[in-house]
Amino acid sequence: MSMATATTQPVERENYLNKHYGVGSWLFTTDHKRIALLYLASITFFFFIGGFFALLIRLELLTPAGDLVQADTYNKLFTQHGMVMVFFFLIPSIPAVLGNFLVPMMVGAKDLAFPRINLLSWYLYIIGGILMLHCMLTGGVDTGWTFYTPFSTAFTNTKIVEAGLAIFVAGFSSILTGLNFVVTIHRMRAPGMTWSRLPLFIWAHYATSIIQILGTPVLAITIVLVAVERTLHLGIFDPKLGGDPLLFQHLFWFYSHPAVYIMILPSMGVVTEIIACFSRKRIFGYSFVALSSIAIAVFGFLVWAHHMFVAGISVYAALVFSILSYAVAVPSAVKVFNWTATLYKGSIHYDAPMLYAFGFLGLFTIGGLTGLFLAALGINVHVTDTYFVVAHFHYIMVGGAVMGYLGGMHFWWPKISGKLYPEGWARLAALIVFIGFNLTFFPQFILGYVGMPRRYYQYPPEFQVLNVLSTAGATILGVGYLLPMIYFLWSMRYGKPAPDNPWNAAGLEWKTASPPPTFNFDKEPVVTWEAYNYEELDAPHKEEVPVAG
Amino acid sequence: MGAPTVGSASHGSHNPALLHHFVDEEQQRDAANLGMWIFLATEVMFFGGLFCAYLIYRGWYFPDFAAASRSIDALLGGTNTAVLICSSLTVVLAIYAAQTSRRVMLIAMLVLTMLFGCVFLGIKAKEYRDKFVEHHVPGASFNFDHEQIPGSSPVRYANPRHAEIFFALYFIMTGLHALHMIIGLGIFTWLLWMAWKGRFTPEYHTPLEIGGLYWHFVDIVWIYLFPLLYLIDRH
Repeated sequence: MSMATATTQPVERENYLNKHYGVGSWLFTTDHKRIALLYLASITFFFFIGGFFALLIRLELLTPAGDLVQADTYNKLFTQHGMVMVFFFLIPSIPAVLGNFLVPMMVGAKDLAFPRINLLSWYLYIIGGILMLHCMLTGGVDTGWTFYTPFSTAFTNTKIVEAGLAIFVAGFSSILTGLNFVVTIHRMRAPGMTWSRLPLFIWAHYATSIIQILGTPVLAITIVLVAVERTLHLGIFDPKLGGDPLLFQHLFWFYSHPAVYIMILPSMGVVTEIIACFSRKRIFGYSFVALSSIAIAVFGFLVWAHHMFVAGISVYAALVFSILSYAVAVPSAVKVFNWTATLYKGSIHYDAPMLYAFGFLGLFTIGGLTGLFLAALGINVHVTDTYFVVAHFHYIMVGGAVMGYLGGMHFWWPKISGKLYPEGWARLAALIVFIGFNLTFFPQFILGYVGMPRRYYQYPPEFQVLNVLSTAGATILGVGYLLPMIYFLWSMRYGKPAPDNPWNAAGLEWKTASPPPTFNFDKEPVVTWEAYNYEELDAPHKEEVPVAG
Repeated sequence: MGAPTVGSASHGSHNPALLHHFVDEEQQRDAANLGMWIFLATEVMFFGGLFCAYLIYRGWYFPDFAAASRSIDALLGGTNTAVLICSSLTVVLAIYAAQTSRRVMLIAMLVLTMLFGCVFLGIKAKEYRDKFVEHHVPGASFNFDHEQIPGSSPVRYANPRHAEIFFALYFIMTGLHALHMIIGLGIFTWLLWMAWKGRFTPEYHTPLEIGGLYWHFVDIVWIYLFPLLYLIDRH
């Protein structure tokens, strides 16, 4: 079994990419790695559609007047931007691509527990995506991605039911991914891979899966109720008929607040792997980082009503939800401090994945701290539905989640494709994304704080300077996102072949070939070491230094 | 996870139902069972949203809900409860039959389970028909005027708008439950076909176990639905 460690002529080795050819071998594959690539292509497609809407929004806001699009069109633009980005890009992004690819390999399994259900989940995603595309092409939705009732059920005449159905179907794709991960992590670990030896990426995905499993069905039933109320004119959420619009908001945010943690937790997992590798250190406080993921998932279910502070919930409920929202900051801060402590006295390498991880650290910290502003009842009332909120959640969902996603894509690209990406370009892109992101969204904090409401297509002229800055930043950000796509595609054909472990990283996924064989390992791995044993990995080098001196 | 079990590559000697990515049959069975339990957790949350809505409106509009609840037939609902409990018993007996290699009993119990399921759906259809005839289906032809609130003196009448919410929830909850029953019948048709082919052995009957888990879950949902919908304010 010396095949596993052979590094000569990796091109000729049989792997998951070259084992079969043809469209059928991809569309009917049950290999988790191929399904990850199917997801990668699909979510990239939707990312650029969502980005296209964002571009139009920013162009409209370049001038105070509503001159590029009409108000109705603008409503549809921000609605579709939100729906596509949340349900068809961010939710599946890291779990369905990197998680799908890495979870079985990191635990030392041949595949996920249910490979066919994994493929089914991709097909559900695609069906949901096609429904969403059809919905957009035939008129779209104008309620905002939140579907608030009774506007969505009794007033708007846009495609609510179809968009709801699209999200309902895509939701089941998300549930099945989470289910597969939990069963795989529980039942498919290689001999010796105990819970305390799991990479923290796995802990993060375990926590994410809990939210996907327990949260998504509530959104599904809420969508069913909206669709039934709208088509049959029932009074479940319509106050005119005795229903309660606040009930809708409770049910909606019961999923949609934890959904933010579906986006950020996997990103935290990615960043943990990257920081440990490029600091060449064991992660500081392993069990705290692991359990803080679980804590975020649990607390995340108890804070939803902080989206409703001005909606008319009782002041006592608001107080409780405010305090609970602060509580989420504790495990989040535990993570940030532990990452920082890991960096301390580490031997830090500034490769592209690490640049993204640094970007994540800064942006997530800003996003998280402004989240505390919003959890405070007094400030929340002041900035509700302003650009302050928009800036805050973009710092988390783009600054946090997407930075982590891109960092992870760079970190594992050699493993996924078997090719090295051009490092210089990648560092440049990371820099461009960071600058573009801050230029886009930092002005929005100020805009919101001085009173610019969200979801308006016109604004007073005194807001123009900051809006121009934001739009300029968005174009830079767009370039930053296009670059990796171009050089990743380029590297697939022209990139240098990647060695099995280009970063000298810990983790089972680096102990197999790049790209891996179809069943991941030529020989079932047996784990006898702790996660992040970088001191051991680097030990020979450390001994060599004094000898050379 | 126990001791290392490296080198179990000899697939030939295994049950053909063992999929290649599992180490052994025990791992496969554990994975399938855990997967079904997790799926049932999602189902709990799925129905949970409805139960939440129900509890809120029941609290707000209790007298109207009581009046509306009186109009559905508790005897039919009670019969259906008994039918489903019997079907859960036959599911357990089917698994017992598979564990003890009694193929005829296995097939008989699966058929009996499906028969109970069909009886349940038949009675449910009769109840729906009654509601349709009485104009108690929410929508344009809904009519719940001059329906007395139980135990009110002087006599008060239920607010039709609020009663309509009860019926909306009644139809959505029992409708979703009936949909799960129909899916369950589909699963059991497949189980029956596998049992007919003799695929289940004392060592391998995982599909029966997870299909049975699903069936029990659907039964339990009904055990909650019955008192919540049929027995409001009945003494």
